[in-house]
Amino acid sequence: MRASPRLTQAASLGLMWGLAAATIGVLAFIIIYILAHGLPHVTWGFLTESPRSMGREGGVLPMIVGTAWVAGLAVVIAAPVGVATAIYLTEYTREGRLTAVIRFGADCLAGIPSIIFGLFGFVFFVITLGMGLSIVSGALTLAVMVLPTIIRTSEEAIRAVPQAYRDVSFGLGSTRWQMVTQVVLRSALPGIGTGIVLSIGRSISETAAVMLTAGSALGLPRTAFDSSRTLALHFYTLSREGISMPNAYATASVLILAILAVNLSAYWLMRRLAAGGR
Amino acid sequence: MEYKLRTENLGLHYGDFCALKDVNISIRPQAITAIIGPSGCGKSTLLRCFNRMNELIAGVRTSGRILLDGRAVHDGAAGLTQLRKRVGMVFQRPNPFPLSVFDNVAYGPRVHGMHKGADLEAAVEKALRATALWDALKDKLRAPALGLPAEQQQRLCISRLAAVEPEVLLMDEPCSALDPIATEHIEELMRELARRYTIVIVTHNMQQAARVSSETGFMLLGELVEFGLTTAIFKNPSDKRTEDYVTGRYG
Repeated sequence: MRASPRLTQAASLGLMWGLAAATIGVLAFIIIYILAHGLPHVTWGFLTESPRSMGREGGVLPMIVGTAWVAGLAVVIAAPVGVATAIYLTEYTREGRLTAVIRFGADCLAGIPSIIFGLFGFVFFVITLGMGLSIVSGALTLAVMVLPTIIRTSEEAIRAVPQAYRDVSFGLGSTRWQMVTQVVLRSALPGIGTGIVLSIGRSISETAAVMLTAGSALGLPRTAFDSSRTLALHFYTLSREGISMPNAYATASVLILAILAVNLSAYWLMRRLAAGGR
Repeated sequence: MEYKLRTENLGLHYGDFCALKDVNISIRPQAITAIIGPSGCGKSTLLRCFNRMNELIAGVRTSGRILLDGRAVHDGAAGLTQLRKRVGMVFQRPNPFPLSVFDNVAYGPRVHGMHKGADLEAAVEKALRATALWDALKDKLRAPALGLPAEQQQRLCISRLAAVEPEVLLMDEPCSALDPIATEHIEELMRELARRYTIVIVTHNMQQAARVSSETGFMLLGELVEFGLTTAIFKNPSDKRTEDYVTGRYG
């Protein structure tokens, strides 16, 4: 006998509810678990002091600064290159062998594990170019790593801009450049922004690639050519080497809150930009 | 007789497909000329030749000449933006940019570096007045244009065009996405605009062509079958094919 449609409807709805709840539940559990263990140790001093005795005592100020430097610089380098590539692929060239090769290359890059990027960065930026273990080496490595994400998300966003806008802009006598900068990019901005935010998040939380390129110095970085340990790497080191679990959890909490803050402020910014107006 | 726009043996191919064949048409200034014909007859293609919009499509070849005020318009890329400033286009669907009302109208003047500051505001006001939108929208200049009703959006698109001070308005089925009342309003606006602009309208709506135009061309399979006074085309066509079309035997 076949089950009644009403029953299958109820069952499938229940199943989907259950699966969705499980997904959110796992996510919430991880975040709550870490924050519950870490937040009690996140004091003002923890955020504003340098670590002492390898991180057993003191805070994580140098790591916060180092993370901001590395991730910020990476995205500042990758975003213009990635968006420009996306514009070239969508607006300035016809589909052909070259676009296929660029796209295939970007997709391949996106699938490579980050430790490989770390190794590449170590060999190329740190050694060959002589930048040493430094913020610049780390940022360049991360820039290469997030580039495919920025290219592909920007490309999708630009492709989604209605053709009519381009026709109208040309019809009014604009040049291609005016059309791209004043109509296409403005319409595609929320989508492009999403790709950039994803990249910031990925840069902030990357561990393997920065370990090999930015190094793990504990001091406060003075210039972009200093070595600096990021939050993610600090957290890894504290827990892996059994230095201090409370401080590891506290560092992880700071990391989670930082990513949350970046996402929320980017979301807010996108909403404002997407609202249009002058 | 003086003509604003004129084609001489205009031909156009998309790859192997012949979309226009030896089209000779002369458009009078400050009047409305309608081009009618069944879907795929080449009427939109012809319209898009006048401001060289077909060049955006890959594999398009044209032959013959188009004259604007007696001068050929096919002179390479140099005159392209200037040509499009003089010969503007209104599209089938209202398609304001996802910007504010003001920025939509100001787009053209900004692109051409025509006005600055207070001058720009005056130009926007003038363009909105030209389509009788100013009173309705003067307090909503910062509002997003996509939030307007369809008729106002289409008027806004005409304002956006008027702001670059063109000489010819090409209209590609400008009312096909509008309801009958809005259509009537846009037709009124077209008659109003025809005092200053040369208007060429492509339409599949024969009543519309009969209502607004002074001259009409009938196209079929890429050829201009017949061209003449609108009254003659509709009441007393000389070609059998035109007669069959305007009496509704096909199309």
